[in-house]
Amino acid sequence: MKLTRFSPVVAALAVGSLLLTACGSDNNSTTGSGTDKTTGASTAAACASGTLNAEGSSAQQNAIDEVIANFTSDCADATINYNPTGSGAGIEQFTAGQVDFAGSDSALNADKGEVEKAKARCQGNDAWNLPMVTGPISVAYNVEGLDKLVLTPDVTARIMKGDIKKWDDKAIAALNQGATLPSAAIKVFFRSDESGTTENFQKYLAAAAPKVWTDEPSKSWPGAGEGREKSSGVSEGVKSTPNSVTYVEWSYAKDNGLGVSQIDNGAGPVELSGASVGKAVAAAQPDGTGNDLRLKLDYTTKEAGAYPILLVTYEVVCSKGLDAGKTTLLKDFLTNFASPETQGGLEEIGYAPLPAEVSSKVQTAIKAIS
Amino acid sequence: MTTAATSSPPSPAATPSLISGRGTGRSGDRIFSVLTRGSGALVVVLVVLTGAFLLWKSVPSLLDDDVNFITSRVWQPAANPPAFGIAALLYTTVLSSVLALLMAVPVSVGVALFLTQCAPRRLATPLGYLVDLLAAVPSIIYGLWGAFVLGPVIAGTDSGPRRAIEDALGWIPLFSSTSVARGNVFLASVVLAIMILPIVTAISREVFLQVPRANIEAALALGATRWETIRVSVLPFGKPGVITASMLGLGRALGETIAVTIILSQPSSLEDFNFSVFYGGETFASKIANNASEFSTPQKTGAYIAAGLVLFVVTFLVNALARVFISRRGDV
Repeated sequence: MKLTRFSPVVAALAVGSLLLTACGSDNNSTTGSGTDKTTGASTAAACASGTLNAEGSSAQQNAIDEVIANFTSDCADATINYNPTGSGAGIEQFTAGQVDFAGSDSALNADKGEVEKAKARCQGNDAWNLPMVTGPISVAYNVEGLDKLVLTPDVTARIMKGDIKKWDDKAIAALNQGATLPSAAIKVFFRSDESGTTENFQKYLAAAAPKVWTDEPSKSWPGAGEGREKSSGVSEGVKSTPNSVTYVEWSYAKDNGLGVSQIDNGAGPVELSGASVGKAVAAAQPDGTGNDLRLKLDYTTKEAGAYPILLVTYEVVCSKGLDAGKTTLLKDFLTNFASPETQGGLEEIGYAPLPAEVSSKVQTAIKAIS
Repeated sequence: MTTAATSSPPSPAATPSLISGRGTGRSGDRIFSVLTRGSGALVVVLVVLTGAFLLWKSVPSLLDDDVNFITSRVWQPAANPPAFGIAALLYTTVLSSVLALLMAVPVSVGVALFLTQCAPRRLATPLGYLVDLLAAVPSIIYGLWGAFVLGPVIAGTDSGPRRAIEDALGWIPLFSSTSVARGNVFLASVVLAIMILPIVTAISREVFLQVPRANIEAALALGATRWETIRVSVLPFGKPGVITASMLGLGRALGETIAVTIILSQPSSLEDFNFSVFYGGETFASKIANNASEFSTPQKTGAYIAAGLVLFVVTFLVNALARVFISRRGDV
């Protein structure tokens, strides 16, 4: 009696485990046959086969996803996985040897011991920070009938601090003569999760408006407003709330149809565009040695036509010490990533292409990886 | 009580086939007892290990904490020295969960009574399934639905229900008006209430079904109406069970993560603390989930794990309370 009651369960378990094992072996066989296939030598890009795993900054997610999709459609035998868990997590996974390279919106930090840990992970060789994706941060707003908004660093900082409370404040009106500004309260949205975007935006404010923004830049927001989760949360917040403003990656402002302010750093209002961001990146000072291409951004730049609020996402790679098989694929992939054609395609999705000078330095560094 | 789990090696004499269906006798008993004791021990070990992990990871950060961990609402675990306190987190967590419970329990009891006492069986069965189905909806769906569909309707600054409550009860700090649009505790509570509805309903229904037929018939024989029958025989019998169900629901609401993370707005650290349900906030779970990707240093991770430890203790207490009520029910 008991046995008959149990037998369906046993049967189900047996069938289930059969199915599961079937699935497992199925997967194995496809990947197996995939790598067995001979490489399509006809494609333009150099194509090594294999798998690369990477993890890190979500700021570059759309860019790297796009590049991976293009690269792997040319190179069918290559698989590249990018997990956008955040810069901190990416570096941690990289130094723990879990992933082959990391994406990070700040270069490895020697004070936190990241440089040393990365060196240990690369079997005693230096890890390099390669600037790859330039992500402008827009000051995005939603004010009806306001097509053009000009802000200075000082006014931006005061809005973000909650010192300027209304859109028709004298300080804003002085910068936007002729515009009709509503007499409504300014609603600021900020990122409630700790984020590199918040940190980079604060770095800009602290550098360009040091009198107003006295807080030490960090990944959490010390200013005014209402916190929403991630870039999607703040851009949705601005979209659905009239008279609101936020700082968010350009792509989110574009996708949500938000107004993007022009920034006047002292040399006239600059519209956010691929070219204006490229100018600011080109003006940045190299901060590393040799092929470690970390950049020191000049947030206070007065160069005409340079848009100053941006973050640069680095790919953190081992200069040496990755498995031989993976190194070839890594070099192929990064070469493709840094190429002017690929970079040029990124502007459509809200990133700015690397300027030619930086791009050629990155290419040199990639060639030097062994 | 759990140490016996490891001390029974398989006896060589007990090899005859189990599957023959007969003569499983001793070895069957032995295997059964090892399995059950093993499972029991496993649960205890898991809970203890989880608690130990939380303590072990959080103590170094707690020792460095620059402010009072319980009474402060500062949250700067990355600063040097770190400063973090859980007062605001605890307030939002408890407020949203208790509000959710207050909204969910009366509805759940009503549904359970209807299903067991009033509805014709043909209707009761499919309706019961329907309620259970609510539990099968993933919480991220509730979160998105709450934030984008329900939020603007009931929790926006201009939406009817919110205005009505603010106008009627605004003089109480708990219901005072704020500028937070939809990401407020009120909306989170409503969504949480919907999420815990199925579990509270299901358990209440099971309890009401166990009311002895004789009790109900006795009440009816004395001339009681349907409501009086429910009041004198069903509700008193089911009360401990409903309380247990509520505690389990509360436990779920306290720990709910993703829906709350999507819904709640975080207030600016520049503003004074506001007790209103129309204010934003963060719960333990949403705070941890929101920042888990940036756990860069052990010190910072420890601060979040310390918050997790408090949540663990609170949930543990709630579940322990539920246990107490269950055991009392045995005496009724």
